This record gives sequence, structure tokens and C-alpha cells, in this order.
Amino acid sequence: MSSDQNILVKLNKAGFSLNNKWLVRGVSLQVEKGKIVTLIGPNGSGKSTTAKIALGIYKKIDGSVEKYTNNIGYVPQKISIDWTLPLRVNDFMVLTESLNKESIDEALSLTGVIHLKDKNLGDLSGGEFQRVLLARAISKKPELLVLDEPVQGVDFTGEIALYELIKKISDELNCGILLISHDLHTVMSATDHVVCLNGHVCCSGSPMDVAKNNEYKALFGEQASQILSRYEHRHDHVHTSEGEIKKN
Amino acid sequence: MLDDFFIRALIAGIGVAIVTGPLGCFVVWRRLSYFGDTLAHSALLGVTLAYSMEFNIAFSVFIISSLIALTLIQLQKRTNLPGDALLGLLAHSSLAVGLVVIGFLSFIRFDIMGLLFGDILAVTVNDLLIIWIGGALILLVLKLIWKSLFASTVNYELAEAEGLNPDRAKAIFTILMAAIIAISIKMIGLLLITGMLIIPAAMARNISSSPQKMVMYSIIGGLLSVILGLFSSLEFNTASGPSIIAASLFLFILSLLNIKQSIKLKN
Repeated sequence: MSSDQNILVKLNKAGFSLNNKWLVRGVSLQVEKGKIVTLIGPNGSGKSTTAKIALGIYKKIDGSVEKYTNNIGYVPQKISIDWTLPLRVNDFMVLTESLNKESIDEALSLTGVIHLKDKNLGDLSGGEFQRVLLARAISKKPELLVLDEPVQGVDFTGEIALYELIKKISDELNCGILLISHDLHTVMSATDHVVCLNGHVCCSGSPMDVAKNNEYKALFGEQASQILSRYEHRHDHVHTSEGEIKKN
Repeated sequence: MLDDFFIRALIAGIGVAIVTGPLGCFVVWRRLSYFGDTLAHSALLGVTLAYSMEFNIAFSVFIISSLIALTLIQLQKRTNLPGDALLGLLAHSSLAVGLVVIGFLSFIRFDIMGLLFGDILAVTVNDLLIIWIGGALILLVLKLIWKSLFASTVNYELAEAEGLNPDRAKAIFTILMAAIIAISIKMIGLLLITGMLIIPAAMARNISSSPQKMVMYSIIGGLLSVILGLFSSLEFNTASGPSIIAASLFLFILSLLNIKQSIKLKN
């Protein structure tokens, strides 16, 4: 078991209501150093709200949040830059933290957008912008990363590469990651802990535990459960193009 | 040299333009032009109070404008009326109350036109001190809150999540707005102060590619507007405020030509 010193942020029965309606309630979870916690759930189930509670963006909350770090990188679900604000990628990188050129270039290279450094943010495509957002969040070498659908709009191969990058960052920086994703396929293979939300925590645990959970099946359907369980077996063979089975 | 009213006006105007440059950029970025108008309208009440109690005008305007800003924040919490309706309510009611109070102060002679549109003849050496010391303080405070104000202008939640305290920056910025209105009211006049904030910044947006450049061009645009405006005010015997704003409009139109050119280049 991990010691308490590894905890970066901890939610105790946290909830948030707006206009007398609960967006999410009774969420308990913790993110530890070097661990990836993933929030899954249908639209409107309170994933982003939970992330914002953890980040301290929502202040009038039910329950409590304990935050043990101030070095946080955040990729919000949506962000729009007004035309009136002339902002290049390079300006955006140093928005919350003063960084030297090397750190900026390194982060932009990692997410594959170093060539866009002098471009205006408004001129980027959705996928390019997501990569810049992720680069900015990791460039400050945070202790806690909160990623709200970080690969939305990114092309298929890029998506896989970015998830690998996220996993790598978690290992190299030993930082804790709170990840929100719709993509059950890719996420589950790298996640340490899954919290399935639907206005409340409907189930949580390791990816395998969650996949077997009946509430999860009810929420996402039988098929989603099968997606997860694919990760249960180890790939000890590959199928060649001739249809033969080749042992690894 | 300071005996010449025109030199005094020029020094005052330059001081004002250096401060309205960066503040104006934030007004444009944060969509606060109507908010600036509201504070400026409430300044009339501040001026009348200053006259009736023989108080310093800039200080009195600063206090009243800050109070109006605080009232706005309270009103926003208590009603569901949209922001622009609340701003209109405060702007016009404080202007009206200010004018009514002037009516009661019949024993004092008011130069209403000077108040509304600025009067270069009225700038004293004392005003110069207020503009330059006040202006330096405003810029100093703006520099201190720059990072969190700018980050929260780009995205509030990002700034809050990464520990930059955007609410505090916003509150301080509001006070800076009241302060710039207080120090520039004699020069530009309360009806046109917002123009001095917005037009050079808008001009700067048309020709800048980064926030730093926009702030720099906004200051340069403001300075040119003041110099052009004051000389034509002297030449054609027009009020200083409108002359300065008209000069800034001229620069804005020039900056539009630049945009057309760059669009052509892209194609």
C-alpha cells in the first residue's frame, strides 16, 4: 500500500451543485505520485466537474478536497481564444510559468508541434491545439496533471502516441495524473485506477474490476465490458498476414 | 516651461497615454468597454462631491468609481439581471444623480463642457503630479498582477487551477480602472475616457502578432493621438478630449489599411 506522503490530491465525499441541481456528489478518490487515475462515464456524468473540484476551481463544494501540491498542470476540456487577443504558441507556453527556451522546445517536441511555435493560436487546427495544450501542461514539470479529454480531435496514430507520452510522463516525472477520457480502448491499458461516474461514483477499482462490475455494464453496455477484458489476456502470439499464428 | 498651459497639457497627455495603453488592451481583451463607460459616468458624481466639499477631484473620482465598481459586484451576486443591464443602470443613474447634485450646487460655477469633454486649460502643475505619480503607481501594480491577470484573461479556469488567484487580479484591475479614470478626467473628459482606452488598443490589435507588441503599439498609438490631438486642439480651438479621440480614430483607420494588405499577402 502507498503511504500518505504519496497522495497529491484527495476528495472526500465531494460534490458540487449549481442552481439547486447536483452536478456530481459523493465522490471520493485520491491521486498519488506516479499513478494514473481515470474518470469515465457518459456525457453529463460529472467528470469535468469532479476534475474542477479536485483543482479547486469550484469552491463552494460539498464534502472536502485536500490538495498537497501547488505544482499543477491542467488541460481543460475546452478553451477558446478570442480574436482580440493576439497569442502565439510561444506566448501561450509561458502563460502561468516562466520557462526557458529549452523547456518550451522540449515540451513542444514531445507532443510533436515544435514547428508551430510561432503560429497564432487561432490558426491551429483542433488536434494541433490539443497538442499545444498538453505541451503547456507538461512543460512546467508538474507534480499533478489533470487532463480533461486531452486527445480530442487528435488523429488516430497521434492519439496512441499521446497516450503513450502521458504514460511516460507519469513514470519519468513520477507525477500523478487525473485523466478524463471517453476512449475505453486506449486508456484502460495504462490506467492504475478507474472511477466510473454517473452523477455519483457508480464503481471504481482497477480496470479489470470495473469491467466486471454490473453497474459498469449497465452504463456502457456489454460490448464495452468486452473491450476492457481484452486487456486481461496477454498477447503471447501474433497473427501473420498469411493467417498463421506465430508465438512471440 | 511649465507656465505654458500647452506644455502642461502635453506632459499630462503623454502621462495618460502611457497608462491607458496597457490598461486599454485589457479592456479590449476582457470586453470591459461598457464597464469603463460606467465608471467614467459615475465620475461626474465624484467631481460634484469634490467641488461641494472642496476635495481633490482625482481622489474623489477614484473613491466614487471604486464604490460603483464594488456596487456592481454586489448587484451581480444579488440579481439575475444581465451584466449589461446592471452596467446601464449604474452608468445612467450615477450620471443623473451627479447632474442633479450639480443643480443643487448653484453657488458654484461649473464648466460642464470641460468636465464632459476635457479642458487643457484646466491642467495645473498639481494635476501633472497626480497624473505622473498616479500613473506610475498604476503601472507598477499592473506589472505585479500581470501574470495572473493575463492568464485569467486567456482562460479563467486554467489560471485558477494552476494557482494564480484570478479573482484577486480582477478586483485589483477594477481598482486600477477607477484610478486611470480619476487621473485622466480633466484631460479627456468623462464621456471620452473609454475611447482613450479602447481606440489605441483596437488600433494596436490590427497590427500586432503578440500581446507584448499590442501593448507597445497601444502606447505608441495613444502618444501619437495625444500629440496630434493637442496640437490640432490648439490650432483649431477645439476641446482637447474630442481632438485626441478623433486623432486616435484616424490612426485606427490607418491600421485597417494594414490589415487589408496582410490579407492580400496571405492570398
